[in-house]
Amino acid sequence: MPLDPSFVGRTYPPTAPYQVGREKIREFAKAIGAADPLHHDPEVAQAAGYADVVAPPTFPVVLTMAASRQIVDDPELGVDYSRVVHGDQRFAYQRPVVAGDELVCVNTVEDIMSRGGHGFMTTRTDVSTSAGEPVVSVWSKLVVRGEG
Amino acid sequence: MEELAVQTYRVTRADLVRYAGASGDFNVIHWSDRLAAKVGLPGVIAHGMFTMALAGRAVAAWAGAADAVVDFNVRFSRPVPVPDDDEGTEVEFRGVIKGVTEDGLTQIDITATCHGEKVLSQARAIVRRQHA
Repeated sequence: MPLDPSFVGRTYPPTAPYQVGREKIREFAKAIGAADPLHHDPEVAQAAGYADVVAPPTFPVVLTMAASRQIVDDPELGVDYSRVVHGDQRFAYQRPVVAGDELVCVNTVEDIMSRGGHGFMTTRTDVSTSAGEPVVSVWSKLVVRGEG
Repeated sequence: MEELAVQTYRVTRADLVRYAGASGDFNVIHWSDRLAAKVGLPGVIAHGMFTMALAGRAVAAWAGAADAVVDFNVRFSRPVPVPDDDEGTEVEFRGVIKGVTEDGLTQIDITATCHGEKVLSQARAIVRRQHA
């Protein structure tokens, strides 16, 4: 079933706030082998002008992947998740994510197109603090492989 | 154009398990050969976002700072198969400085290869560069 282009421009309600933990940042940094003390040592981060340890650049996917299920699981849109392949990914930062941030995601369907029997959907997730400070915008292009 | 020092990272199954836990991405194709084969893959492949995270490490090394990235974009052009052995596989990252934006930021174009094949395309980071 092709993706419905009338979903382009649709914005979903903000997700529940996500509390960025110091240990989660350390765990994520360790999992990707990022040993820089900025990700691990609050004193080093504070000396660099941050309130607490700084997340690696792709860390926001921890929140945004879960948040984008709002779109992918929307029964009206009808995406078959078993056919979804990750195409492109982009992060545009206002500032890095820091432990202690309370972050909210707002998902928007930016583009839908079909080509060669496959569906392509670009989603944008605007991540801001619960106080409304923009932090990072995250784009994902998902490819929904056609049947057969 | 300035070429940056090649960064090579080894990826094993244990790394994928650790990344799955840390990221919350438990897609079966990243840990089960049996289920990966069912969807037509040769076996377990790395999370695309794990490959991107490794590219981010390379960018941090090139920029000289772990908080340098302002904009970061990749296309996942080919999967990274990770065999179930002690060696795993290797992903190699090359960077070239393309220039300085009008905001004074540095654009780095990234090439990522596994066994000589490009696994990322149109990969690029805009960074605040601390030192050369």
